[in-house]
Parts: sequence; structure tokens; C-alpha cells
Amino acid sequence: MNYHLVKNHLNEKKVKWEPMRNGAGKGLAELGEQKKDVVVLAADTAESSRAHYFAEKFPERFIQVGVAEQNLIGISAGLTYQGKVPYAVTYAAFLIGRPWEPIRTIIAYPGRHVVFVSSHAGLATGQDGPTHQMTEDIALTRCLPGFTVIAPCDFEQARKAVKAAYGLKGPVYIRNCREKTPVFTTDKTPFEVGKAQILREGKDATVIGHGYMVYWLLQIAEELKKKVSIEVINLHTIKPLDKKTLLTSAKKTKKVFCAEDHNIIGGMGSAVAEFLSETYPVPMKLHGVYDTFAESGSVKDLWKKYGLDKEGTRKILLEFLRNSK
Amino acid sequence: MKKEYSIKELEKKANQIRQDIIKLLVAAGSGHSAGPLGMADIFTALYFKVLKHNPKNPGWKDRDRLILSNGHICPVRYAAMAHAGYFPKSWLRTFRSINSKLEGHPSFKKLPALETTSGPLGEGLSQACGFALAAKMDKANYHIWCLLSDGEHQEGMTWEAAMLAAKYRLHNLTVVIDRNNIQIDGFTEDIMPLEPLREKYEAFGWHVMDMNGHDMQEIISTLEEAKAIAEKPVCIIAHTIPGKGVSFMEKDYKWHGVPPGTDIPGEPEKEKQAQIALRELRTLGKKIEAADID
Repeated sequence: MNYHLVKNHLNEKKVKWEPMRNGAGKGLAELGEQKKDVVVLAADTAESSRAHYFAEKFPERFIQVGVAEQNLIGISAGLTYQGKVPYAVTYAAFLIGRPWEPIRTIIAYPGRHVVFVSSHAGLATGQDGPTHQMTEDIALTRCLPGFTVIAPCDFEQARKAVKAAYGLKGPVYIRNCREKTPVFTTDKTPFEVGKAQILREGKDATVIGHGYMVYWLLQIAEELKKKVSIEVINLHTIKPLDKKTLLTSAKKTKKVFCAEDHNIIGGMGSAVAEFLSETYPVPMKLHGVYDTFAESGSVKDLWKKYGLDKEGTRKILLEFLRNSK
Repeated sequence: MKKEYSIKELEKKANQIRQDIIKLLVAAGSGHSAGPLGMADIFTALYFKVLKHNPKNPGWKDRDRLILSNGHICPVRYAAMAHAGYFPKSWLRTFRSINSKLEGHPSFKKLPALETTSGPLGEGLSQACGFALAAKMDKANYHIWCLLSDGEHQEGMTWEAAMLAAKYRLHNLTVVIDRNNIQIDGFTEDIMPLEPLREKYEAFGWHVMDMNGHDMQEIISTLEEAKAIAEKPVCIIAHTIPGKGVSFMEKDYKWHGVPPGTDIPGEPEKEKQAQIALRELRTLGKKIEAADID
């Protein structure tokens, strides 16, 4: 399949770097133009979560609840019963973490169609520190029945994900990070919720990522192409899992490496491991945040120290490939 | 088309609903006694006089919305709905049993006429505000009623919603608080004092009214007056007696979360509790012959 990626996207100096939360915000404003039943709710972080693009154009459909995330959830739930499609936006830790029980009780259990759009996911949050670096949000949402969980890989995909979520049933979570990351997909890149994207075919190893780390995986696959043929999958939808694509790839390569800016416990890697261990057990390595809280620091320093940059990821991948011969 | 009930008929209806509450709790062997009995008069007034609704068309888009935030008192709501014709009275004895639509806490999935799902306290007012905001956006002309317990005001989420209701001037929303002074572990003022409750709501920008939760005429006129207040959301503090109608349950927090048939030291023998309760209700505490009530 031709994914129409940006020309020469692997050159990180030439490719554009933009925060995917900007893409999400842009998508929201575009959606507001097309769909009049969309209501956006913010909890005092409208500007940094980029909900303000929508708020400026459609103030009568924007609700500011202030620093009150439980109320954010309750209002969103209430709106769904009156035919509105609420998009609740704030930092991942406060959007998903703080009001998790009301999300479970009044949104997931009655299957309400609310779209949660986060910013500040993962260590890519940076200097605000661990209280704001949410590394458990995928775990907390995928364990709830009926939730769709999406982690777009860049600005463009975030824009598409926000719009695609409108047509889904039940609650949806779209996870975005704060930091500028490479924009390697284009307007023409297809996007279908639930359909994993094999951005590079290979036969010796399957590497699966979501979010900005997909870009490092593409770079690593190119750098190692003379030694090993790596298949790179962008698993933007963590729930529901694209089992068909995952199974086909695992059967082909018999080695699966997962990488994400999330705790290795309960994230995308866990989801893949749950599936393959029952269906087609193969050696696996889950790379991510190794069940630890990080610290304040620039994103580049955090990536380096916690092994989530390209070099750190490649090191763990090579170790895995050596050990699973 | 819609039957007009006299005050006497409404009082009789509330008494029948109380009897049904006792029966359904006994059938389930679990559930909450005190709150439902205390709120029977208010629910009767709502379902038979004040609410704009159509039991045969629960999805009618111009209906008033009734949200029960303290979902554990659903026995009174289910009994009122059965009497009003939302579903057959025979469903009441399936309360809390497997495959039943009458879950232990209101489930929107099982019974959409309940408007929302509740159980964990403090989540109803927030949702009610969502309803009210949407109604304002759509310039709708139905009213939103949100019933809360006094105890759930210990949940911060309630106050988040109260703050927002005043900000957005949700005059299409009326809250009724079941001020029965009890919660699971004891009396509210011993567990986590709520007073001064009126002043708190006033400080949050609401119009507050007090009401005798057992005087049918006063209930009806207070609810109607609340609807007419245009500038602010209204909070009615309904003073109720938990366990009203059953002498050994009244004002006793131990009856908050258990059904008749529970072994409690100092109370009547558990096998006799339901019988005593029903006899008291049917004779209005021995004031009349049982036959008069039927």
C-alpha cells in the first residue's frame, strides 16, 4: 500500500517538526465547521491543548469548566443524551487519570459517545515533570469495555484521528504529545480507525510503534537495512487491535518488538503481547518506560536518559535481535 | 387525557409506593430502605403531578428530565415509575436479580427512561448541568430536575457542577436535596458536617428554598415555584425523615443501606420486620383500618 509519506521524510533535518496537539486542535476546528452537533469542553487548558482554535470560531459550542476534570466528564456525559458529540480536551494525566471513575461509570458503562483528546502524553511532556508526564493513559482506557484508543503518529494523523472519531460508537481516546515531532505523513496518507499501517515491509523482525516513536522505527529500519530486514507497523489504534495484520506479520518474521512512550505495563506492547501469547507466541520485547516515573528535563534529555530516542531504541532492538536468534 | 390527582389521592399513592418499596426490597433480599421511604412523597408529586412526561412515550423529546444522582434510592423511583405506567408492576419483584432491567443502581443501558446511570455519588449534578446546557443551546422548553442526597455533597464533584450551573445561569435546572441527615456510617453532621448548607448554595450563586418533604401540598407548590425562577438555578432543601412510615426505621441511619429482614440489635426480629412495616403503612400507624387504604 502506498502511504504517501512525506518525500525524504527520513531526513530529520529536512522534515518539518510540529506538535501533534496542534494537528488535533486544527482537526477539531475543521470538524466544528462540518458538524454542528460537536461541542468542545476545556478544563482551563484550552490554549495549550489547542482547543482554542475551535473556541474562537464557535464560542456558542465551547464550554469552559475551569480546573474541574470530574465535572468535565459529567458535563460531557450529560451532553450526549441531548444529541451532542462532546470533545473533552486537556492534559492526559488530568483528562484520563483524575476522573477515571466517572469515565468508567457514566461514560464507558452506558456507552456514551464522548471523544477524549489529550495533550501532554508521555515523557514528551518535558519540564513540567512526572506529575504531568502521563505514562498510564493507554492502560487506563483500553481496560474499559467499549473504548476506542488511538495514538496518532504525527500532526497530520492527529488531525485525521480527531475527525474520524466523530463517526465512531461509544467513548474514544486520542492521545497526543506536547513536543514538536516529525511530520512524516501527508494529507493523502490514508487513515482508518482499527487498521494498522505497515509503513515499511520486512521479513526478519516486526517492530511496532505508536505516536512519534514510529518515526524513530522507520529511521532505524533504514539504518539497519543491510543487516536485517525490518517491518515497521504504525499501530495507531491500540483498541480495537488489528489482529489480522499483527498475526500475519508475526507469522512472517517470528520476532516482535514494540516501542512506545508509555509504561510497558498496560500499554500497546502489553496489548500485542496479550494477543500473540494466546494466538501465535513469538519472542517479544516491550520497549517503553520501564515502570518508572521520570523527572523534569528537556524532552531531548529525557529521551536520552530514559532510552526513548532513536539511539536508545535501536540499542534495545539490536540486543533483542541478538538474544532471540 | 392526563389524570388530575387530588392531594388525598396523591397521599394514598405515596403510601402504596411505600408498600411496594418494602415488598421489592424483601424480594431482592438487599437494597436501601431509609432513603426510598423518605423520598416517596416527593417522587409521587413528581411522577403524578409536576413532571411533564408521558410514560407511554419515555423518549418524548420535550419531556422534563429527572436525574437521580443518589442512585441507591432507586427502589422509590422504580416503584413510582411502575405506578405511573412506565413498566408492569410485576417487574418490581425482579429488583437486583440477574437479567432484570431494575438494577441495584440505575442503569441507563437497561432502562433508558432513567435518563442516566448513577451509583457512585456526586456524579449526577454534573450530568444534569450537561443536560441543561444542551437544552439552552437548543432553546428547548423542558425542565431538568436533579435529585441529590445530602451526604453526596461531601463529593467535590457536586460543587464543581454547582459552580458551573451558576456561571451558565442554568435556570432550567432545579435541584432537590434529600436532607434526611443520615449516611452509611452515621448522621451527616457527625461524619462530615454539611451545615450551613443553604448558605453554601447561596454563596455558589443559587436560589435556595426549604421544603417539608412530607407535606404534599407544600411539595407541589415549592416545585412549581422553583420552575418559575428565571435568573438562577434553584436548590430545594427537602427536609425528610429517613424511613418515613415505618416506626422502627424512622430517623435511624442503620436502615440506610439494608432491606427489611436484616438482623440489627435492638430492632424487631428480622422475620417480622416486613410484616410490621406493611401493617404500619396499611393502617397509617394504627390510625385507620387496613381496608380504608386499599
